[in-house]
Amino acid sequence: MAMAPDLIVVRHSASGACDFLARICRAGIINAGDGTHEHPTQALLDAFTIREHKGRLDRLKVAIVGDLLHSRVLRSNVQLLTKLGADVWVSGPPTMMPPGIERLGVKATTSVDAAVDQADVIMMLRIQLERMEGAFFPSFREYFTVFGLTTERVARAKPDVIIMHPGPMNRGVEIASEVADGPYSVILEQVSNGVAVRMATLYLLAGGAEA
Amino acid sequence: MKRLLRGGRLIDPAQGLDGQFDVLIEDGRVARIDRDIAVNGQPDLDVVEVPADCVVCPGFIDMHVHLREPGFEHKETIATGTAAAVAGGFTAVACMPNTNPINDNASVTKYILEKAAQAGLARVYPIAAVSVESRGEQLAEIGELRAAGCVAISDDGRPVATAQLMRRALEYSSMFGMPVVDHCEDRSLAGEGVAHEGYHASLLGLRGIPAAAEEVMVDRDIVLAGLTGGAFHVAHMSVRGSLRAVRAGKARGVRVTCEVTPHHFILDDERLASPVSYDTNCKMNPPLRETADRDAMLEGLRDGSIDAIASDHAPHHYDEKKVEFDRAPFGIVGLETAVPLSLDRLVHTGVVGLGRLVELLSTNPASILGVPGGTLRRGSPADVTIIAPDLPVTVDASKFRSRSRNTPFDGWRLRGGVAATIVGGVTMWVNESAGFHL
Repeated sequence: MAMAPDLIVVRHSASGACDFLARICRAGIINAGDGTHEHPTQALLDAFTIREHKGRLDRLKVAIVGDLLHSRVLRSNVQLLTKLGADVWVSGPPTMMPPGIERLGVKATTSVDAAVDQADVIMMLRIQLERMEGAFFPSFREYFTVFGLTTERVARAKPDVIIMHPGPMNRGVEIASEVADGPYSVILEQVSNGVAVRMATLYLLAGGAEA
Repeated sequence: MKRLLRGGRLIDPAQGLDGQFDVLIEDGRVARIDRDIAVNGQPDLDVVEVPADCVVCPGFIDMHVHLREPGFEHKETIATGTAAAVAGGFTAVACMPNTNPINDNASVTKYILEKAAQAGLARVYPIAAVSVESRGEQLAEIGELRAAGCVAISDDGRPVATAQLMRRALEYSSMFGMPVVDHCEDRSLAGEGVAHEGYHASLLGLRGIPAAAEEVMVDRDIVLAGLTGGAFHVAHMSVRGSLRAVRAGKARGVRVTCEVTPHHFILDDERLASPVSYDTNCKMNPPLRETADRDAMLEGLRDGSIDAIASDHAPHHYDEKKVEFDRAPFGIVGLETAVPLSLDRLVHTGVVGLGRLVELLSTNPASILGVPGGTLRRGSPADVTIIAPDLPVTVDASKFRSRSRNTPFDGWRLRGGVAATIVGGVTMWVNESAGFHL
């Protein structure tokens, strides 16, 4: 506070840390990920990437698959993508399904096949090692069998589907390498777009004008 | 010393009294209750005129508070905690053993009672630990703790760790007539949770504590109370499934009682998001539950299946609360808000009448803990709470007598307050805004 910065970029392990800081501090706060709450710039870059490929978000079927309970990427994307008119499906094991998630305007299913069926966009979420110890699922092997994104599963989606992942990926756990490196993958574009979107965020919030 | 409380309405459910009665106090005890007690020819009699819109009640007893001393005097001391008690209308409090050191031996009990006597405000009834250091392994020396002045046992802050220990605690304490007060929470289900598992926690990314974490423990303890014949009291009940279990247990004759806090019958988990998101003064354990649970608590208060209102007064220093939600300690202060909140949200909304409120705050806590008071019957201690049911009250945390201010009710405008608090015939607190002079 005494140093009076214009902006503070915050990444924090506790949900709500940015809300807390914003209440006690006059600087602009950019949330770069707080706990399992939100990751707004990731959602912005994801929406930007989708629009680059599809030209729109309205009425696109977007399937988000993985550890829904612990994902801040999920929470920010659900809010942004539903607001922009996408038909958002979420899928994951029941042990990692946040209670009441349907109230956010998404369709929730434990069937990943139903979620990716005729999807325009498939977004995979990272599975963390410690979730196995919490008994959320039995093993990586089984997780890959039930939820992993394989070429067979991708074939259920629209022919022009794009595959996304916020990174870092666990190849062979939530996503097969053939898919991650395959023709539908836009994962590296997401990373490049992230730089542009975050530059724009800093520019606009620091007082820059829209071009 | 003789005092006469003259005028006003008197309610004492234990005697079936509700009407215009005077109370004569002699040597700290109730000497007589009658209509229009004559005062002539008694020059040494101190006559207190009770305003007509005030109600004289047996002293309120908060059966679940944390006074924090010894060990956490930066949060509260026995002196500041009992000052908060009398300012909140409580003539007695039962204090939980999770101090440092834990109240698992008679020397800690004696220390607490000595400090309480020095403060000379509310009566303090210590609750002893069930197990040594509340570790859930070996029973504390309950007989000696009883002899030193403890009235119940609890490992509060933690559940009684195992079913076997709970069984032994119920069996063993029954010979001393002490109930086992359990903080019902299955720790393996609650995990590292910080908020009620539900929509709002999902949205805010807060780890959930499912309702079932409480319910399975209440079920366990009721089964064990049935097995042993011991008395089990559910601390700070918060979910509808627990209430269902308590009702069923009572119906089949199990010795089970329960309490609910004002925050659990007033607030729900929507408060996590608004008006202020991640407000650490809305972080307590058990957490604020969903609306259906809150409504079930009101129904249980109304139909009599809930026995007591207790504040779970849990003071924390503002440094400790002014942090990220995950890192803040659980708990809020409640001694100075419980009575106004109950009057406003239970009596004036028609959930309960004043008679039932007195049972919840006085008659039943006294009977569950087996302590004196809870009635103004002749010979009882002259512990009296005088309430002003229509007094407008604005909660102002900055004026609390408690050393801590961690309340989600700051600024609330309520109808109903405390006019005066009398302990052993001595006036400990007077609310001058109630137009009251002693």
